[in-house]
Amino acid sequence: MQSDNRPLSPHVQIYKPQLTSSLSILHRLTGIAMVVGTLLLVWWLIAAAAGPEAFAVVQGFVDGWFGRLLLFGWTFALLYHLGNGVRHLVWDAGWGFELTSVYASGWIVVGGSIGLTIVAWIIGYAVRGA
Amino acid sequence: MDFKTPLARARGLGSAKSGVEHWWAQRWTALALVPLTVWFVISVIAHIGADHTAAVAWIGNPVTAVLLTLLIAAVFHHGQLGLQVVIEDYVHDERWKLVSLFAVKGAAIVLAVAGILAVLRIATGGVTPGVGA
Repeated sequence: MQSDNRPLSPHVQIYKPQLTSSLSILHRLTGIAMVVGTLLLVWWLIAAAAGPEAFAVVQGFVDGWFGRLLLFGWTFALLYHLGNGVRHLVWDAGWGFELTSVYASGWIVVGGSIGLTIVAWIIGYAVRGA
Repeated sequence: MDFKTPLARARGLGSAKSGVEHWWAQRWTALALVPLTVWFVISVIAHIGADHTAAVAWIGNPVTAVLLTLLIAAVFHHGQLGLQVVIEDYVHDERWKLVSLFAVKGAAIVLAVAGILAVLRIATGGVTPGVGA
């Protein structure tokens, strides 16, 4: 497939970063990140089915600083992908294609996902009590 | 101007012979995951710090078990469809493309079955709750 001296289309760094393209790339990245996150979900379920000792190992990992960091990232990834996914479904239904709507919905998703991530963790720490 | 033959138009498939199924499956799994993930996030927050007894009680609840099973099925179907597109976009070597597509599909099936069986084992009373270490 590889041929030399053929013209190439411009690479991504040629273009000025825009909200639309950045959010599109972020949608993919958060999707990939969550696929990695499913490993923890399955590990957690298998450990719960295996017994208290195996379960305590997962809880210990999740409760550590690295586990919390991962969970914080996955919380944002899920809420962002969820919000932007709904944005995509609305487009699929044929709505919101005007440039002003595209930017408005984009900023709503950015603000909403960051805000909800913070709210989720504040509630989480309140539930945990530490 | 439409260069398709009437038969090709009726079949609705291009040279790839498929594609619209993938697009639709990605949409309906996405739609299913909207309520399921909202429920899941709220449930996880409500169970932070739960010990083994509390976790088994939650997973073993019939409603939880049904929703968790649906969530796992939808998550791995949706995630596999998404990764497939990423691989098709960025892995240009045919052999590596095929290998990675098989690996992703296989891993998704293995993880989904393992997760669902763990839920079912707990839901059918096969796990003795304990306080843990």
